[in-house]
Amino acid sequence: MGESAQTNPVPMRDSFQPSTFAFDAESEGAIPGILAKYPAGRQASAVLPMLYLVQNQMRRQTGSAWVPIAGMDEVARRLDMAPIRVYEVATFYFMFNLKPIGTYHLQVCTTTPCWLRGSDEVVAACRAATGIEGWGETSGDGVFTMTEVECLGACVNAPIIQVNDDFYEDLDGDSTKQLLEALRRGEPPKPGSVKGRQTSAPEGGPTTLTTLQFES
Amino acid sequence: MAKVTVDGIEVEVPNGSSVLQACEAAGKEIPRFCYHDRLSIAGNCRMCLVEIEKAPPKPISSCTYPVADGMVVHTDSPMVRNGRRGVMEFLLINHPLDCPICDQGGECDLQDQAMGYGMDHSRYAENKRAVKDKNLGPLVKTVMTRCIHCTRCIRFIAEVAGVPDLGATSRGEHMEVGTYVEKALGSELSGNIIDLCPVGALTSKPYAFVARPWELTKIDSIDVLDAVGTNIRVDARGPEVLRILPRTNEDVNEEWLADKSRFALDGLRRRRLDRPWVRRDGKLIEASWSEAFAAIAEKLHGLTGDRIGAIAGDLCDAESMLALKELMASLGSANLDCRQDGAHLNASRRDFYTFNTTIAGIEEADAILLIGTNPRREAPVLNARIRKRWLNGNIPIGLIGTETDVTYRVQQLGHGPVVLNALNEAFAGKLRNAKKPMIIVGQAALARPDGAAVLAAAWRLAASVGALTAEWHGFNVLHTAAARVGALDLGFVPGANDKSMAQMLDGGVDVLWLLGADEFDTARIGDRTFVVYQGHHGDAGAARADVILPGAAYTEKPGTYVNTEGRVQRGLLAVYPPGDAREDWKILRAFSEVIGHTLPYDTIDALRKRLELVNPVFARIGFLPRFGATDQAGPAGDPVALSDTPFVPAIADYYQTDPVSRASPTMAACTATFATTPLVAAAE
Ligand code: SF4
Ligand code: FES
Ligand code: FES
Repeated sequence: MGESAQTNPVPMRDSFQPSTFAFDAESEGAIPGILAKYPAGRQASAVLPMLYLVQNQMRRQTGSAWVPIAGMDEVARRLDMAPIRVYEVATFYFMFNLKPIGTYHLQVCTTTPCWLRGSDEVVAACRAATGIEGWGETSGDGVFTMTEVECLGACVNAPIIQVNDDFYEDLDGDSTKQLLEALRRGEPPKPGSVKGRQTSAPEGGPTTLTTLQFES
Repeated sequence: MAKVTVDGIEVEVPNGSSVLQACEAAGKEIPRFCYHDRLSIAGNCRMCLVEIEKAPPKPISSCTYPVADGMVVHTDSPMVRNGRRGVMEFLLINHPLDCPICDQGGECDLQDQAMGYGMDHSRYAENKRAVKDKNLGPLVKTVMTRCIHCTRCIRFIAEVAGVPDLGATSRGEHMEVGTYVEKALGSELSGNIIDLCPVGALTSKPYAFVARPWELTKIDSIDVLDAVGTNIRVDARGPEVLRILPRTNEDVNEEWLADKSRFALDGLRRRRLDRPWVRRDGKLIEASWSEAFAAIAEKLHGLTGDRIGAIAGDLCDAESMLALKELMASLGSANLDCRQDGAHLNASRRDFYTFNTTIAGIEEADAILLIGTNPRREAPVLNARIRKRWLNGNIPIGLIGTETDVTYRVQQLGHGPVVLNALNEAFAGKLRNAKKPMIIVGQAALARPDGAAVLAAAWRLAASVGALTAEWHGFNVLHTAAARVGALDLGFVPGANDKSMAQMLDGGVDVLWLLGADEFDTARIGDRTFVVYQGHHGDAGAARADVILPGAAYTEKPGTYVNTEGRVQRGLLAVYPPGDAREDWKILRAFSEVIGHTLPYDTIDALRKRLELVNPVFARIGFLPRFGATDQAGPAGDPVALSDTPFVPAIADYYQTDPVSRASPTMAACTATFATTPLVAAAE
């Protein structure tokens, strides 16, 4: 308010934004396959997979999976869209990180089922192990970013953390601590239930219908 | 057609209409925020709820719901009222209660509809959200917390303006309307989003906190800063013009207004000539009207007509040009010219110099060739019409001239006139196959040594591709000066034995009368030529003048203007000229008396009668019939003369083209912002 008529917008970008982005050979290899899925003239439909390409390439190249503005601009150019249309999509979906994140993106579920099963402990363990205080922040060493997410759709194995693309389930304070230590050592454990449950079968069996005993 | 009953009133509307349109046809008011009849349908504000019998038993948004035969609609049932009240309550949850400091106050859709359809209180007690304001450049001010996410601005900029800079980023509670990456809106039509925004989120930056709508007098006028003849409303308070808004005219500007025409008005208060000046011993000193007149009369004494000449500028009204022409005639001179840019316009027949297809006619065209013109810069509102036609699909558009982004896709056919001799065969074929092809010739194509040849070649091309038929006239000249067509209609050009502009300069005449003529290099005027400058701004012409006669700007006089189509339109006086300045025809009339050649009109009505006598087109105000081409014979011009020198754009800087916009700080800020932004190729 009250600014004079003379102020001109100077394109202002956060210092972490790279000024350019170019697809590398691996991404380039994937692009024709993506574009071929859509009818001619409807290439704009490829915007979501293309943004994922950018995010994954950033992970490969910088260790941090995120989508810089220059990357969105490149997607716009490839798909012949106005850049703002790509910004709209990228900012709409939670799955695109719009600023650099840690090597491991801890997406902690705190929705009711996970919460009932002790997500508070999981959160506390994460905080203690990473030193992160607020949601969306990255630890000082750049290893972890902690994000609060809504139901991940795996409530049967609550509570859950999604680390990058993998789910770790049936967590509690201790197992969370061990998980983070393993991650810090660069030795991600096998995804799934940390208690060794087979998928979401009952703990201690039965694991198949054939082992079920029915009383007559 | 579908029969629809709205609140007991039966109406027939075309199939495919929306229920909202049916309600309007029945004379029922439907509140709305997102719906706008010139934009695509978004259906996101939910204010237009109605109840429809035998449809799902819930309030239905009428703007998105198609009519069906036999439909029965209620616009004022308890369900509808309740629904609207609820929507209103939701909209106001995050809308700040800052009406007392909001520039939209008094003309705000949200305010009005809250009064009409809302509740008298809110049940919302939590914190409201706040959104950071965006910097959209020197013209549009934002207070984004007020935004209700109707997306009208986004749709206008993407659809009508064709410069997709705005969007809605993030989601839900976090959604924001803006550019995401800070940038000034790169459209020459950006001011229209101020009118479209139903709340005070987008307002005029230069007009911020200046006035309330009810303090303003509203006068109908005609814009003169380009040759489109946009219908405007001039809002003034006391002696000052504070705001200029578009008026709807479907044939000319629909409801749009170009940014220069809207925002250059602060130039009307600056660098004004408000008293006569006379040069004595090389210095301009203030004078009275009689002293100024005496100085001119003394110079004229004993001169023969061939040593006297007059040049009419780009913003002149027809009345003053006629008065000047007749004053010159009384002095025995027909050394007249209105083509300051040296354009080889041919005044021998009207359809050689007008936009014959008409602006509304663009929508019927099925192929367009642009020759030496960038309509986006030269006539943004007309350009929006071409884009509208292009969006409807199936229209090849070719361009001979400088590559630019005109907001639609064009096929680049070359840069200079030689191309006309051997037009790209594929494109020529498209023109020939088109039923209603259009050729648009810009001033850049005419204001050059081979201009006459270009004009002739363009006409020949039009004739050869079938653009000139009894039903369709596809030959068009796009002007940049609001006065030009009027001047040509009045014959403000030299006869065969009289001096043209070039001949009058360089000492060709001893007394040169400049009527608001500033758009040429005044250094070309001979050193010994005595220059009378009659006009409203201290610009190039005044600086060279020996006598300055202060005239009135377009907002300060009733005036008749002829737009590029040849449409005669009239503006009214909104404010009085400053100081001693006077309406231009009155100045000429008063001077004629001093030299004893009194012009035969004492009132503007008498002068207008005279206009009609000189050219009957001046009797037809506003309305312009469509003409076919009755005579295939084209203007004279030697085809061999076509050179291969590329066309140079007629307008280098859209924002500053005339004395008013050059005096405007807002336009200067636009120049500073956009001068460095190159127009990139390829539209959306
Ligand atoms: S800024 Fe105005 S026009 Fe644009 S979405 Fe918000 S309320 Fe609508
Ligand atoms: S609530 Fe956590 S996965 Fe469903
Ligand atoms: S006007 Fe119908 S939903 Fe906005």
